[in-house]
Amino acid sequence: MIADMTNVSIEAVRRSEGELPEGATPRSEIATGIRLSFAAGLGMFPIGIAFGVLVMQTGLPWWTAPGLSIAIFGGSVELLLVGLMAAATPLATIALTILLVNFRHVFYAFSFPLRVVRHPLARFYSVYALIDEAYAVTAASPGTWNRYRLIAMQAAFHSYWVGGGLVGVALASFIPGTIEGLEFALCALFITLTLDACRSRKQVPSLVLAGLSLGVSLVMVPDDALFAAMLGFVALLIARHLLGARRRAGAQR
Amino acid sequence: MTQTAYILAVMAIGFAITFALRAVPFAALRPLRESRLVADLALWMPVGILAILTVTTLRSSLEADASRLLPAALATAVTVAVHLVGGRRTLLSVGAGTVTFVLLVNLL
Repeated sequence: MIADMTNVSIEAVRRSEGELPEGATPRSEIATGIRLSFAAGLGMFPIGIAFGVLVMQTGLPWWTAPGLSIAIFGGSVELLLVGLMAAATPLATIALTILLVNFRHVFYAFSFPLRVVRHPLARFYSVYALIDEAYAVTAASPGTWNRYRLIAMQAAFHSYWVGGGLVGVALASFIPGTIEGLEFALCALFITLTLDACRSRKQVPSLVLAGLSLGVSLVMVPDDALFAAMLGFVALLIARHLLGARRRAGAQR
Repeated sequence: MTQTAYILAVMAIGFAITFALRAVPFAALRPLRESRLVADLALWMPVGILAILTVTTLRSSLEADASRLLPAALATAVTVAVHLVGGRRTLLSVGAGTVTFVLLVNLL
């Protein structure tokens, strides 16, 4: 009897991680993944258009926009690269810039639900398409992901970004500018995702440490504040873990 | 080096570095799966990283034009209020905040 109950609970834990919810089909999960991509897509698509327009205005060939978006798939660094490429910046400088701007991605592996994806090609795609928005949306609702939902959402993001760039390339010749202020959609998205990740009071210490790290970074290294703040935040969390471990050891003694 | 070769080289370098940054931590974390530190970090990181991304995207939008401080503050307040009152429907909250910002920036 006891053995049975243990089996049931282990089974329940296994089911909750990456299995389809009750009554769901792969098709309905793909639809859910695409639906979950809409809010972020609202920010990505207009920025993609702006990126396409920028490529054309700097005189680079049109295929630079979809090419960069397929090779790198990282909005902020692609926007940065357009200016650097137009100025024929040496490849070593370009490599260093990409390394520094995209370095934040190393932190995403800690909580991105890659383990729910099993097929090697799908895993490759999921890692390759691990953009800020994909991390942010998954981090805001942990434990709800399965392979259909996750890959569908990432592929939808990919199509918004590449599609936006192509629309920008096509529009560049006959529009004077874009709608002023539309890029706030990205800020608004991160605000809602932060609110979703911060549902319980237990999250407050992390929020305080992040604020501390960002505040110091903005004052000390304003040009690399994002990178420095993430590094400082992780260091503070490690210190918090060590402090907690010491307290646990002290309580045992 | 022709312009085409240069652009292709940038794409190749960009793919190699970005993919490595995204992939290597997963391989490095595998032996650490049982680690208590990694479990703590996975639990504590998201909210802080998201908050940092929020403030830095707001900041880069303000850096482009400092007169947007008031519109950005109001649009942030609208986004938060709609999200908490409107039942956490992300698309609704993002839409309301963005429309507020676009209107304020173009009308003020």
